[in-house]
Amino acid sequence: MPDPNKSIPAALNPPPGLGSLGKDHLKVVSSQNLVSDGGQSTLGQSSLAQLIAVHEQKCTNVPPLIPSTGLSLDNTVPLTTSPFGSFLGPAAPLSTMLSQGPSVPPISGLSVGSGATLSSGLVLGTSVPAGLAKAREAPESRVEAEVVPKVARMTVSGKKQTMGFDVRSAEENGIVAPSVRRGPSPDVTAAPTTETPSKSSAVNEDSAAPTPTRPTGKSKQQLNIRAELEKRQGGKPLLNLVVIGHVDAGKSTLMGHLLYLLGNVNKRTMHKYEQESKKAGKASFAYAWVLDETGEERDRGVTMDVGMTKFETDSKVITLMDAPGHKDFIPNMITGAAQADVAVLVVDASRGEFEAGFEAGGQTREHGLLVRSLGVTQLAVAVNKMDQVNWQQERFRDIVSKLGHFLKQAGFKDSDVFYIPTSGLSGENLTTRSKVADLTAWYTGPCLLEQIDAFKPPQRSVEKPFRLCVSDVFKDQGSGFCVTGKIEAGFIQTGDKVLAMPPNETCTVKGITLHDEALDWAAAGDHVSLTVTGMDIIKINVGCIFCDPKEAIRACTRFRARILLFNIEVPITQGFPVLLHYQTVSEPATIRKLVSVLHKSSGEVLKKKPKCLSKGQNAVVEIQTQRPVALELYKDYKELGRFMLRYVGSTIAAGVVTEIKE
Amino acid sequence: MKLVHKDIEKDNAGQVTLIPEEAEDMWHTYNLLQVGDSLRASTIRKVQTESSTGSVGSSRVRTTLTLCVETIDFDSQACQLRVKGTNIQENQYVKMGAYHTIELELNRKFTLAKKVWDSVVLDRIEQACDPAQKADVAAVVMQEGLANLVLVTPAMTLLRAKVEVTIPRKRKGSCTQHDKALERFYEAVMQGILRHFSFDGNFVLKIQIRMDNGQINTDIFVVFLCFSVVKCILVASPGFVKDQFISYLFKEAVRQDCKILLENRSKFMVVHSSSGHKYSLKEVLCDPAVTARLSDTKAAGEVKALEDFYKMLQQEPDRAFYGLAHVERASEALAVDILLISDKLFRHQDIATRSRYVRLVDNVKENGGNVRIFSSLHVSGDQLNQLSGVAAILRFPIADVSEAEEDSSSDED
Repeated sequence: MPDPNKSIPAALNPPPGLGSLGKDHLKVVSSQNLVSDGGQSTLGQSSLAQLIAVHEQKCTNVPPLIPSTGLSLDNTVPLTTSPFGSFLGPAAPLSTMLSQGPSVPPISGLSVGSGATLSSGLVLGTSVPAGLAKAREAPESRVEAEVVPKVARMTVSGKKQTMGFDVRSAEENGIVAPSVRRGPSPDVTAAPTTETPSKSSAVNEDSAAPTPTRPTGKSKQQLNIRAELEKRQGGKPLLNLVVIGHVDAGKSTLMGHLLYLLGNVNKRTMHKYEQESKKAGKASFAYAWVLDETGEERDRGVTMDVGMTKFETDSKVITLMDAPGHKDFIPNMITGAAQADVAVLVVDASRGEFEAGFEAGGQTREHGLLVRSLGVTQLAVAVNKMDQVNWQQERFRDIVSKLGHFLKQAGFKDSDVFYIPTSGLSGENLTTRSKVADLTAWYTGPCLLEQIDAFKPPQRSVEKPFRLCVSDVFKDQGSGFCVTGKIEAGFIQTGDKVLAMPPNETCTVKGITLHDEALDWAAAGDHVSLTVTGMDIIKINVGCIFCDPKEAIRACTRFRARILLFNIEVPITQGFPVLLHYQTVSEPATIRKLVSVLHKSSGEVLKKKPKCLSKGQNAVVEIQTQRPVALELYKDYKELGRFMLRYVGSTIAAGVVTEIKE
Repeated sequence: MKLVHKDIEKDNAGQVTLIPEEAEDMWHTYNLLQVGDSLRASTIRKVQTESSTGSVGSSRVRTTLTLCVETIDFDSQACQLRVKGTNIQENQYVKMGAYHTIELELNRKFTLAKKVWDSVVLDRIEQACDPAQKADVAAVVMQEGLANLVLVTPAMTLLRAKVEVTIPRKRKGSCTQHDKALERFYEAVMQGILRHFSFDGNFVLKIQIRMDNGQINTDIFVVFLCFSVVKCILVASPGFVKDQFISYLFKEAVRQDCKILLENRSKFMVVHSSSGHKYSLKEVLCDPAVTARLSDTKAAGEVKALEDFYKMLQQEPDRAFYGLAHVERASEALAVDILLISDKLFRHQDIATRSRYVRLVDNVKENGGNVRIFSSLHVSGDQLNQLSGVAAILRFPIADVSEAEEDSSSDED
């Protein structure tokens, strides 16, 4: 346990004027609280971290900050504001459709609950100095920086006990009950803040005295999750990247080479791969073997399942997912893409190959549409194998203009798509800017790694209740078993109880691993392995969702959704059998009812109970699955409300869940 | 099915005597039966006898009973048909009006009497007795971690087994779990094939010898399959699973010296499908390589017809109708070229509703249209059921009347 005394001197001597600053700020927060939507569940604890952050900024003479700007978390902001409606083409309406989702509540990312407001008001005296202390100490040593916030957290929980506000249950869970939320007026809560430092020190002493019991220890740690998140990885945000493209475009080779150049693959292993691949008569596949590890994949020279690894850039930690390009493995590709924040689209620049991948039947288009429909907004296009066309500028331009037109139709903003000429096999323009004269003559832009580094990290829904989609289940050494998946929302700590849906079973998280390192906690956006106990492995399948037992996800077999149809050959009628791809699940389903056809851009009902749906239409349908699937509404969880429909090996529609029926 | 005797009057009343020979004939019989018909068949009845001294004894007696049908139960997995009703012909064991349940048996004749034998039912008998229409196809539709073992007979698609194994994905540095699980999965599918598909007779006798803690245990499975011999086994999957599985299967067959598999190697056929779910069977049956080999199975024909309907719906929506009210209107206009109708509709117990469907079929036939009665057990029939059970491709376009849709779709619910 950290030494609580450490924070006391800081608390006793707050910088002059701090009290008033705190008060100002608090009012801002509180008023925002009142504005924020009542239906949204909120996480009290995060606000403290935010308070700290805000105060740090104040103390460093940053102009007063409206809390929501720094903290608003609507990660589809680009989507909702994008004016794609005017573009023609199959997917353009999707973005408009998404943006018009009925009554998407204003997710003001930080909907500060009053539970939080209560405590933050009271805590301010202690937390502010802690924040300052942290700011001061951070550069000195990482260890200390870790200690201080913990102290702050502990004092908070201690305070809470002394003040007798019964908000613990809410805080423990991370959710503020609505009844508590509207409680005291901001002024009341602000009052204690205006107290002199002596008061806050008293609070501190109070808090230092009682030994925090186990539950409070838990709640205290949760309070700082966002700050912890910022601090982790040396301040490097985490980014999930999926690599997509037509089969044989060179995805695995490109990324394998990148990993090698970054030193993530040691020379000996690489040498071994080179020798072995040469022996197998596929010397050019050596780099792909870094990611294609199963014997089958190596024998056939085709990626079959998503390969996952990580690497670091200057400012980010990247979880890399290498998706298969073959048509038959699109279900696997979808599971990878559903967990991605950004994508690298690899296209083959050589004559005829680009065209083959891009024309009908090629995967370049389907992959592009899929990742866009699954919520990826930023895309780097690696125009690969440029060495085979002698780094010709015309060829590059040609491809860029063709792709640019299509990607625009698909709903990508021009400003979010970047084109980089590369060569995966020779390693040009991957981690360092190329020195090939043919290329430098006309290309001065960034290399692939720089571009990946330049991606904007998405906002994560850390405040929402915990959700994790299981993408893999396996036995590990020791007790229990492991599940892996991406945390879509909220956060998890070791020792937490989680509920798995649809089997509706609870289990305990014994360990959390992120990139092969054990952690105490993990939050939204992390691709983690959880070691769980207390449940039978047979009950858990790929596609289950782990969630907070108090805010459980609903499992249903019938739901209503808005779908956008792609280029389909056969029209959709009721009774149409489809394969529902939702996160990591693929489940057979049927369209039970065609409810209405909607206007592509305005969303008004054009026709009720249509006879059939044909390509490009926007419609509301009812879908029935064979087995229960755990779903969320799109308006509640953007990441968890999206799905794809496939039929006979092609993607026929993208959709969002609007209503859960049963 | 063998037709022994047929005696139908001018007013379409009469009786028919049949001998079911295969499991599939039970399905046909199930479609012939209606509540209110009378059925005479041999059955076993538990009879209680009371002697003059008052002691009660019970014995099982084989007797022939005639029932007035009340409920009909069909178990598609075991292909058993149970018919419950009241006795209408008293004999020494069973009193008049007593309830009895007959479980129809293979190779024992039964007589069915109806007040009205309509065209649909008579067609069904003809179809069931047609010996040319016999081709059982077994199919294994699989993807990594999921396999459906399916038997396709002319009138039925039967799910014999579903194998589901969770397969851990490849992880950095370790593929052993993945490979092991895959092996386990293939083993399970192989066992499924041996257990559920018969290659050379009506049953498979399987003896498995296990060693448990030094003790030798012998399990004998006698799997009685009353289906005709499988002509062909289709192995379908996306990607390379099918090839991997086939090579595993024969490697294991050689290792375990499994003669059944080795002798029937030529019956296996590898086909592509987009997934391992049951509905992918549609793609498999339509595959040109499969149709060439199996000539024309009824199931494939149905898939094709439904596909044609969807194509028409795409190209000329006014020439593709579905929903009873709609199709009836088209039929009145003599527009129906091909009528797709599910046999589920003819099992409707309400006489008025049923005769409405029969009338539709008769009308279409009269006007030179084709009628395809889909088996609701097939994948395509299942889809047609969802699509109100009746659909039609028209000769000429008829303008869409949208008010009619309202009631036709509410019918469906």
